[in-house]
Amino acid sequence: MAEDSLSARLLPAAPPSEPSWTKWDSLSAGLSRLHGPTGWTVILSLVLLFGVAIPLLNRLPAADSAWHIPDYLVTLFGKFLCYALVALALDLIWGFAGILSLGHGVFFALGGYAMGMHLMRTMAGEGVYRSELPDFMVFLNWKEMPWFWHGFEHFGYALSMALLVPGLLAFVFGFFAFRSRIKGVYFSIITQALTYALMLLFFRNETGLGGNNGLTDFKRILGFSLQEPSTRLGLYLLTAFLLLLSYLLCRYLVNARFGRVLTAICDAESRIMFCGYDSLHYKLFAWTLSAVLCGLAGALYVPQVGIINPSEMAPAASIEMIIWVAVGGRGALYGALLGAGVINGAKSWLTVAFPEIWLFFLGGLFIVVTLFMPRGLIGLLDLRRRRKTA
Amino acid sequence: MTPTPDLLAAEFADRPLPDTSHGGILYVEGVTVSFDGFRALDDLTLFIREGELRCIIGPNGAGKTTLMDVITGKTRPDTGNVYFGQTLDLLKLREYEIARAGIGRKFQKPTVFEGHTVFENLELALKADKRAFTSLTARLSSDQHDRIDEILETIGLTAELQRLAGSLSHGQKQWLEIGMLLAQEPKLLLVDEPVAGMTEQEIEHTSRLLNSLEGKHSVVVVEHDMAFVRSIARKVTVLHQGRVLAEGDMDTIQRDPKVIEVYLGGEHG
Repeated sequence: MAEDSLSARLLPAAPPSEPSWTKWDSLSAGLSRLHGPTGWTVILSLVLLFGVAIPLLNRLPAADSAWHIPDYLVTLFGKFLCYALVALALDLIWGFAGILSLGHGVFFALGGYAMGMHLMRTMAGEGVYRSELPDFMVFLNWKEMPWFWHGFEHFGYALSMALLVPGLLAFVFGFFAFRSRIKGVYFSIITQALTYALMLLFFRNETGLGGNNGLTDFKRILGFSLQEPSTRLGLYLLTAFLLLLSYLLCRYLVNARFGRVLTAICDAESRIMFCGYDSLHYKLFAWTLSAVLCGLAGALYVPQVGIINPSEMAPAASIEMIIWVAVGGRGALYGALLGAGVINGAKSWLTVAFPEIWLFFLGGLFIVVTLFMPRGLIGLLDLRRRRKTA
Repeated sequence: MTPTPDLLAAEFADRPLPDTSHGGILYVEGVTVSFDGFRALDDLTLFIREGELRCIIGPNGAGKTTLMDVITGKTRPDTGNVYFGQTLDLLKLREYEIARAGIGRKFQKPTVFEGHTVFENLELALKADKRAFTSLTARLSSDQHDRIDEILETIGLTAELQRLAGSLSHGQKQWLEIGMLLAQEPKLLLVDEPVAGMTEQEIEHTSRLLNSLEGKHSVVVVEHDMAFVRSIARKVTVLHQGRVLAEGDMDTIQRDPKVIEVYLGGEHG
């Protein structure tokens, strides 16, 4: 209120901005502001690869053909895309606003739990105990469902909870942390504590979310069986599409003046405040959006992977997410996507081929990248960090 | 690279001012700030007239920077009042609201956005609607472009507009920061040690620049450099132990026995 009256009294009306975009010219102008021709070519190629080639190679060639992509790989790629969405969300706040979160696993897990609860509700009566209640409740001898399980039988409700719960938690947490001017390593430690505390809470059977086993053994989503390859392909494609949309959204945000203010907050927060910007609003917006994107990733992850449990909230899980971004290169969005893909690809291969060296590899990679490649893998590509256009 | 202060004259025309009908732009009344029992400001009272160029001097620890912090909302005083014009109570506003109301501040150490270009630094500083939701769609109008060009010329950084601010020299950063202040179109400028670390020539430019602002704006300068203070100030306030020790023109001040005793005596006797 104070803000409105102040600006009304003291600021003259803003000069008229340029006319809003009209039809196609303006659309192409808008797109070219997001990326140059090279960028769009890469995006288009990736869309063709992940959105067309992989699904076709999964469906068309015979199962014994060398060209065939098995169903498990499609689901694995789907999982990677979920991780890439998390990395994107982390880069938005770490790479641009300089806010290092070591607790983003909590938002991912909350989104996952919301979707898991929906999947549990829709399979009522089909569990091991043939009860209306989820199996773990029967096992704990509970007679009725806890209050917060109500409503999750509706897909729309569950999906909105998957976005709203992480968003609300992030908003409240961020509001108090940013208002108290908590920054840098102190903020990171608190986020770590947040995810650890919630992990302990979710481990308890009394919490009513399946304890340390979490939620699993799902049957179907919106009537489609989760065992069916076509359902899995559909989920994969949906993830790919939502990742693309989220990427473009984040790209738009960091290219807008909003993004420049975020970077400026990172550089000199006191200066941005004395310039008349309320840094709290900017940080809170980016932080909350980041959490919502993580919640979305979690909601997409659970039906594909088939399980959600408190280990997703383990501090180490959140730190691994940070390593994705650091290895890929922060502050460019696509670096985060690349990092998530490379590390998880390596993880999938190494944990099968040489299970004992995986953690050494991860730790070693993090050290090497921190010491020798401060800009991550994208630094190797020798791309200019940001193209400047006058 | 030579700044052209004359251009500033046009830049500050026709702006609405806070209620200055009694001629005052800033009223600091009975302000006390204590840190762990140490009184950084002790019942300080100060009055700045509209259009005035005032220098504040004083030995280290006299409370100069604390005073700036209080005016800009960074530090809340224990007691006292601070008014911008007759009506605007600065103690009720947060830092960004004070900036929006029209008080600009230059820090002692040049503080610019090092990861942004010179142009982007000015774009961010430019007077505009600075709310987060507006920033999602904000674009520079051609008028705003022209203003940035004008300011670039004033501060002599036109050739550097695409350079990252972090790669500028110390003096250039100081100029950029002053340019950002001008872009903000403040009614009151608080300038903390503007010539620290500058060469003779740069000091001369700064002095011309600040002199050219007098009458169009109110400027408060905190400075150690006596020659510089003499070159710009009509009126000087000497702070000592959080209080106003003396106030007046430079010659009077330099003859004041109290001032000589606590401050000038040692350095300039």
